[in-house]
Amino acid sequence: MSEYMLCLVLFSVGLYCVLRKRNIIKIIIGIGIMDYAANLFFVLIGYRDQGRAPVFAQDQAIRNMVDPLPQAVVLTSIVIGLAMTLLLVAVAIRIYEKYETFDITKINKLKG
Amino acid sequence: MNFIPYFIAIPLAVAFIIAIIGKKDKGFSGILAALAAAAGAFISLAAAPSVMANRALVCGLGMARAGLGISMVVDSLSVFMLITVNLVAFMVAVYSIGYMKPCDDRWKFFALFSLMLAGMNGVLIAGDIFNLYVFMEVAAIAGYFLVAFETRAEELEAAFKYAVMGALASIFILLGIAILYSYASTLNMAEMARLFAQVPVGATVKFVGVLFLMGFGLKAALVPFHSWLPYAHSSAPAPVSAMLSGVSIKVLGIYALARIFFNVLGVSPYLSNLLIALAVLSMVVGGILAFGQSDIKRLFAYSSISQIGYIALGLGVGTPFSILGAVFHLMNHSIFKSLLFLNSGAIERMTGTKDLGKIRGIVSRDPVTGYTSLAGALSICGIPPLGGFWSKFVIILACIQAGRPFLALCAALVSILTLAYYFNALTPALFGSPRRDAGGEAGKKSWAMAAPMLVLAALSLITVIMMFPNVSNALLKGAASVLADGKSYADIVIMGGVR
Repeated sequence: MSEYMLCLVLFSVGLYCVLRKRNIIKIIIGIGIMDYAANLFFVLIGYRDQGRAPVFAQDQAIRNMVDPLPQAVVLTSIVIGLAMTLLLVAVAIRIYEKYETFDITKINKLKG
Repeated sequence: MNFIPYFIAIPLAVAFIIAIIGKKDKGFSGILAALAAAAGAFISLAAAPSVMANRALVCGLGMARAGLGISMVVDSLSVFMLITVNLVAFMVAVYSIGYMKPCDDRWKFFALFSLMLAGMNGVLIAGDIFNLYVFMEVAAIAGYFLVAFETRAEELEAAFKYAVMGALASIFILLGIAILYSYASTLNMAEMARLFAQVPVGATVKFVGVLFLMGFGLKAALVPFHSWLPYAHSSAPAPVSAMLSGVSIKVLGIYALARIFFNVLGVSPYLSNLLIALAVLSMVVGGILAFGQSDIKRLFAYSSISQIGYIALGLGVGTPFSILGAVFHLMNHSIFKSLLFLNSGAIERMTGTKDLGKIRGIVSRDPVTGYTSLAGALSICGIPPLGGFWSKFVIILACIQAGRPFLALCAALVSILTLAYYFNALTPALFGSPRRDAGGEAGKKSWAMAAPMLVLAALSLITVIMMFPNVSNALLKGAASVLADGKSYADIVIMGGVR
């Protein structure tokens, strides 16, 4: 149970970071942390106590394995997270070129 | 069936082909992107009769045996959405050939555009909840790039805000999927639906429902989650705004939400009341904020929020009649809102400004843009007998039938509000006498920009034929019945069989 709690704490740290930080790089890091927490949660769901790696071979019985599906799913999800972070960092660099600041409260040419 | 993967494969292949050859042969990219969208529209139209006859076609990818692997499902609702999305995308792609001509890097634009179309088609045919998530991200990330395409300061700011909000939404949706998986031990939507039909609605379903409402509500820009939309849709290049406002918010937001709520989780009064509350809030707040906007694209963006509220209201009320209205309004809104955004691009090119105070006399300067804007605006205001009137009328009538006169009153008042702000903003812009110092150059618009606007205007005028019994029985009722009769989804898809 404690690992789920820690996962929740990680998620909350990320959410706090996104909501409260003014530096856009820190916001990007916050999104990364939240993403990790969600992925970690997904992997934890597939975990079985004392389970072994889900490698299927001819002479092995399918017994006491961890669930392989969340692992496959999370792999995809990590790649999506990578694309997302890449996009955000690229935009952040361009924003710095235009506004010469990372402070989100000063990046306010759009009104309303 | 064999045609289903082509909805993803064609635009995806085109995106990569453009990315490879685009640098050398610049004129080609736009035509390829338009052809990909046209192919999608053609396949979906051609497939519609057989989908209607079989109720659902299922295609298993990499399926060793039933239940393992990835399934793709096209049912009446999917095919209805596919027709709308690909038609609008085709028009927007043709328009972009003209609009992006001055831009040197337009092949990048078309590659991203095709990628976004592939993502949206993927969402529409996903039969597996994680696939839905993956394709949603493909479409969304391509969308963030497209918003920032011209890399001016405002666009970068809008793209950053949009991307942060979108990333938050995606994480909440992923969490919801994780919890659903731990509960149901499958990611296949039909299998999941069969399970949820057997167990009573518990705390898990409610919690997951709220997570999805937050995530997809953010993508659909329902009101507490709407703040990114006016920025993103008003800063993006006109064809991108048309895609985002016309189809993206509906596919990624409303469609995904409706599919999961109605077909997988099953609607409970708890969820539908939440949806209705958000919908009414969106309608009213979007309508009020649209008032007094001086930027033409921001006006259209706020009006999108308000109209999305109508669609969500129709879904939330949840009677077959109201869902029919919602589905019809969804189609109408994709057509006339993409038309209006394309017009705003043409107006911006012509006058060099987006400020409504400075735009005067469009009709006399450029009749094509002027009259197509008029057609779109009349339809969105709900002037009878245009399609926009009937879809709103059906939703209002359905609210009364369902015994919720207050909702009907709200919808009717907001529709008057819509008429008021469009009238207020567009009458001087379209019919006022042109200013002497009007900048820009008149009449320098290529056929590629004019033709899609004319076609979309014609479509927005004739969508009313969807209300005739023969046509509506074939398309609209089929699409609405998928949601209204949500429980049967599992049976249809599983019976549809793995081929």
